[in-house]
Amino acid sequence: MGVEARKPPLQFALKLRRALGGKAGWNGVAVQLVFGTILAWMAYEIISNARTNLETQHIAAGFGFLQNSASFDVNQTLIPYSGSDTYFRVFLVGVLNTLLVSVVGIFFATVIGFVVALCRLSPNWLVSRVGGLYVEAIRNLPLLFQILFWYLAVLAALPAPRQSISIFNTVFLNNRGVIVPSPLAQPGFVPFLVVLTLGIVASLALHSYARRALFAEGRAIRIWPYVLTLIIGLPLVTTLVFGMPITFEWPQLKGFNFAGGARIIPEFVALTVGLSTYTAAFIAEIVRAGILSVHKGQMEAGSSLGLSRGATLRLIVVPQAMRVIVPPLTNQYLNLTKNSSLAVAIGYPDLVSVFAGTSLSQTGQAIEIIAMTMGVYLLTSLITSAVMSIYGWRLNRSLGA
Amino acid sequence: MKRVTLALSLALAAGLSAQAADAQTLKTIKDRGMLSCGVSQGLPGFSSPDDKGNWTGIDVDVCRAIAAAVLNDTTKIKFVPLSAKDRFTALQSGEIDVLSRNTTWTVSRDTSLGANFTGVTYYDGQGFMVKKSLKVNSALELNSASVCVQTGTTTELNLADYFKANNMKYEVIAFGTIDEAIKAYESGRCDVFTDDSSGLYASRLKLTNPADHIVLPEIISKEPLGPMVRHGDDQWFDIVKWTLFAMVTAEELGITQKNVDEMAKSDKPELKRVLGTDGNLGEQLGLTKDWVIRIVKAVGNYGEAFDRNVGAGSPLKISRGINNLWTKGGLQYAPPIR
Repeated sequence: MGVEARKPPLQFALKLRRALGGKAGWNGVAVQLVFGTILAWMAYEIISNARTNLETQHIAAGFGFLQNSASFDVNQTLIPYSGSDTYFRVFLVGVLNTLLVSVVGIFFATVIGFVVALCRLSPNWLVSRVGGLYVEAIRNLPLLFQILFWYLAVLAALPAPRQSISIFNTVFLNNRGVIVPSPLAQPGFVPFLVVLTLGIVASLALHSYARRALFAEGRAIRIWPYVLTLIIGLPLVTTLVFGMPITFEWPQLKGFNFAGGARIIPEFVALTVGLSTYTAAFIAEIVRAGILSVHKGQMEAGSSLGLSRGATLRLIVVPQAMRVIVPPLTNQYLNLTKNSSLAVAIGYPDLVSVFAGTSLSQTGQAIEIIAMTMGVYLLTSLITSAVMSIYGWRLNRSLGA
Repeated sequence: MKRVTLALSLALAAGLSAQAADAQTLKTIKDRGMLSCGVSQGLPGFSSPDDKGNWTGIDVDVCRAIAAAVLNDTTKIKFVPLSAKDRFTALQSGEIDVLSRNTTWTVSRDTSLGANFTGVTYYDGQGFMVKKSLKVNSALELNSASVCVQTGTTTELNLADYFKANNMKYEVIAFGTIDEAIKAYESGRCDVFTDDSSGLYASRLKLTNPADHIVLPEIISKEPLGPMVRHGDDQWFDIVKWTLFAMVTAEELGITQKNVDEMAKSDKPELKRVLGTDGNLGEQLGLTKDWVIRIVKAVGNYGEAFDRNVGAGSPLKISRGINNLWTKGGLQYAPPIR
């Protein structure tokens, strides 16, 4: 009989011990389990107690209220909504309004942030001081104050509907918002859209083909005439065949306000401007830090290759800076999304305003509604950071780090 | 705003999970030596603080009357200013003992909030305010108007009902507090500001040029405003309910802040009963015999409180109207104290 190989210890148990117990070993695991049990017991106790007490005090509980009709109105809805719809619909309206202002805000905050950062790093004295002034002025004032400033300043400056500022009688500007002609789809709309989509897809394919040709074989192909034909030419041809793809419904002054046309409400404008300019100041500093973290030899290498400053930044410096920029940038995106709940101060119907505000006080079901609202913010934040993590991971991979 | 709601909700969850409903509000208040009373964040005539932080208003006087009856001291009150949407959570969580904050009595609030209305302090109705320059004479001419409103109120619901019933379009802009709504109205964002009509008169005083604005004649809803207490403590419910009734009864019997001591010496059976020189009605409520005397000495009878805060003796100058005594063609009516 040979010596039997010693059985390897159980992998799973070992892993568990390391994860839960750390250096304390099995004792640590035991402590963790006891702690976990106590925590679970407390949670159970809190929930069951709250439930019985709600019952004895006859406070309505549960999520049944979501099926009840809300019977109040909301002034900006991305999905059809009227007072006879349910609280669940109100919830969706609120979520969409919050997402809308967050997405638009994030877009502009990023653009403004990058521009300001580049200004601040510019060798031009005036431009760099203007960038610095922007950052210092904006990031040192409270956000709520800025949003109120935009709202009340924008409102105070704009005229009443009957004295609207009109731009070629198509776009109207007044204290009720910006009114633009709203597009109405015509029979030619579908072919137009199909051809346009095809054109864009074909152009993208062409672009990646040209890129590959350039990088692999060193052939530079001029593609812009083809792209122009594909994206503008062909869709124009369809309009000749099928007629205009869309017509416009023109806004007209009727009674107190304009009827017809689409309207962007001032609350949305004020909130978006406030959020994006404020967050942009922080993003600018993050971008500046990122760019400065790239060794200045990279910049010099670019210039010695004969690249312009812009091209060096775009092709060499910014891609390397992104690695440093992305994690704190994610923070700013999350902040912007959460800050959008300041909307209630200026009457923009976001989730906190219509759901955690109006719906809460109409139904009185604070626990359920606050839990749902927190859930939405948590989920949005987690998704945002997941997307940014993936982006950061791809970036690292492409830089070979 | 959000943070307040969140904190209150957490307090609510914690309070509810701590122990069974506390059925001893009266004892708690006496032990604490302080009545905690939920009021508005500033509605002239109903509850608003002056520049020294003293609260005045008819809702505040209800708090004072309760404090007088229970603690015999009208200064032992902690006023908790609450926004429309935080008020019920504050009551449910036990942060306040009574909510006296121009709150409309509706069946859904009475049944689903774990709280009860104890009576009606003020019979109100919803109205509209517009700028005179718009030359609007009736609420029916408001088609396509923009309307500013405070969020979380019955006002918001009545508004939706009214415009729908009359087949008119409108745009609603809902603000967290009444001040924000008023500011937006004044800056021209809205054509119309809507609120309970007493609130409209009170808010109009805050505008730069009150005379440039008119309140339209239509009253589109019934808004009986009254105090609220938590479910599960009938004694406390009775005390708050009868405090208000005592004020109304005092007016009916002609008992005023000035003559209350004299009246107490009267030997009319009804006065003796009400003012506690005969019988033990106050003790049955868990109070003292002289509870009505304390109340009237503190805030006067209902009519005096009305005049001082919203009526002829106040800047609001609202007429008694339906808030008059039932004997004078109004709706204020107290069941007999006997």
